[in-house]
Amino acid sequence: MTPIIAVSNLSKTYASGFQALKRINLEIRRGEIFALLGPNGAGKTTLISIVCGIVNPSEGEVLVDGRDIAAHYRAVRSMIGLVPQELTTDAFESVWATTSFSRGLFGRPPNPAHIQKVLRDLSLWEKKDNRVMTLSGGMKRRLLIAKALSHEPQILFLDEPTAGVDVELRKDMWNIVRALRDSGVTIILTTHYIEEAEEMADRVGVIAKGELLLVEGKEALMRKLGRKQLTLQLRERLAEVPASLAKYKLELGAEGNTLVYTYDTQAERTGITALLDEMGGAGIGFVDLHTDQSSLEDIFVDLVRKTR
Amino acid sequence: MNLHAVRAIYHFEMARAWRTLMQSIVSPVLSTSLYFIVFGAAIGTRITEIEGVSYGAFIVPGLVMLSLLTQSISNASFGIYFPRFTGTIYELLSAPVSPLEIVLGYVGAAATKSVILGLIILATAGLFVPLRIEHPVWMIVFLVLTAFAFSLFGFIIGIWADGFEKLQVIPLLLITPLTFLGGTFYSVNMLPPFWQAVSMFNPVVYLVSGFRWSFYELADVNVGLSVAATFGFLGLCLAAVWWIFRTGYRLKT
Ligand SMILES: Nc1ncnc2c1ncn2[C@@H]1O[C@H](COP(=O)(O)OP(=O)(O)OP(=O)(O)O)[C@@H](O)[C@H]1O
Ligand SMILES: [Mg+2]
Repeated sequence: MTPIIAVSNLSKTYASGFQALKRINLEIRRGEIFALLGPNGAGKTTLISIVCGIVNPSEGEVLVDGRDIAAHYRAVRSMIGLVPQELTTDAFESVWATTSFSRGLFGRPPNPAHIQKVLRDLSLWEKKDNRVMTLSGGMKRRLLIAKALSHEPQILFLDEPTAGVDVELRKDMWNIVRALRDSGVTIILTTHYIEEAEEMADRVGVIAKGELLLVEGKEALMRKLGRKQLTLQLRERLAEVPASLAKYKLELGAEGNTLVYTYDTQAERTGITALLDEMGGAGIGFVDLHTDQSSLEDIFVDLVRKTR
Repeated sequence: MNLHAVRAIYHFEMARAWRTLMQSIVSPVLSTSLYFIVFGAAIGTRITEIEGVSYGAFIVPGLVMLSLLTQSISNASFGIYFPRFTGTIYELLSAPVSPLEIVLGYVGAAATKSVILGLIILATAGLFVPLRIEHPVWMIVFLVLTAFAFSLFGFIIGIWADGFEKLQVIPLLLITPLTFLGGTFYSVNMLPPFWQAVSMFNPVVYLVSGFRWSFYELADVNVGLSVAATFGFLGLCLAAVWWIFRTGYRLKT
């Protein structure tokens, strides 16, 4: 199956001379949730803006559903909904009017039933006659989503959808996004909240300084780069780690009653059995143990640090 | 052709006019009435008539033109500048619309508003002086074409401007002086020969003259020249807009 979006050798140099994207190659699969993860200024918004036709690329090609975004802008753009990062709304319009406007702008005939459904799904129905400027920040964010969904797009870009949205609503939004994916919509989201990518995404792309560092299925990424930590609850306090165990690079907890061993899940041998054996030999007993897997956040911080 | 989009933009812009009814309709009507009181009543007692037309009636076409030019420009420039300023332009840029559709929506709405305004001013003027329109069809043609041309011009200014001051600068520094010196309140023939010659370089003279001709068959320049000037300006603005969209000038980075 052809990818729904195919980006090849895409570069962007702004008029200021700043190169925001460096030869990006990326394929988005039909029906997936793809998270674009990166620090401030990485180029996430630039990449999205090019696909949506807001920013001109300097080099490279973008195909949406197999068609060039410039040559077939009409067909391509009517497939796409965009929720921008900034809360830019028509302050003086009503919620209903601005949502209906979006639908018309994207070439769809009026369909009040659909607008109603979208506004209800996003808990904005009660506000439909209110002016946009009277909405709270979180409501405005949802309104932008409603506008993007007004024309029934097959691809939805969410540029930091949950910035400024409280925890409760964030959960709601994740549910909305999942429901959309289940209805066949392909979703590309950018986020600073790693938990969001971890919670939501099928695949994750990590971008920093205009370079796409890696694209990986979320599980594979966790497995590949994931470190695990084994924490041992000691029977007796230790003053220091015995020299005989130095090669394991153990960390002694502040209280002196825990030992933490970090190992690579990808390594041939984790070294756990050997460690436990040697600890027994050294007369260090433990009462409990547990393991933690590093989160995407750790992986991400790690990766970005390496590119610096 | 994405007609739904044209309609959406057009309605959006017209709705804006209703919301700001005071600015859009009431204030130009008020200022026109003031012109009538000041120019018509005060100066009209000194200059009783020009070429057989009472002074009050003589200035009506010029007054309509004055409002038509300034309102077309301010309406259209604001209409496209505001989304650029607030950032909502993202939606327009990401929508499946062609430049032609964008222009039809924005400029069409601005021109519609100006034409309605021009007709309201005419009606207002009718309360002060007896009006006579010799060539109603030509009157409408001049009204509509001028409204379109200057709405296009305003649209260009709205794209060029990068601050609210710049939005004002061209209407204030260029259009207002050209209109006042363009035979709005007098006949160019009343000027000394030197200034008559200078006036021929003022494009507004041709617009006002043609428009006045459709009322009273009085013209400072040949009507054909007026028609040509109107179409010329329209063509110039169309070319500029075409270039703007082709290059993405100030719309896309
Ligand atoms: N119009 C512009 N002109 C010049 N430079 C720009 C422009 N827009 C963005 N940049 C630069 O390009 C880089 C990437 O910006 P972009 O907005 O794509 O980052 P981002 O990954 O979305 O960041 P954030 O997470 O903060 O939203 C930044 O260094 C930014 O300063
Ligand atoms: Mg961004």
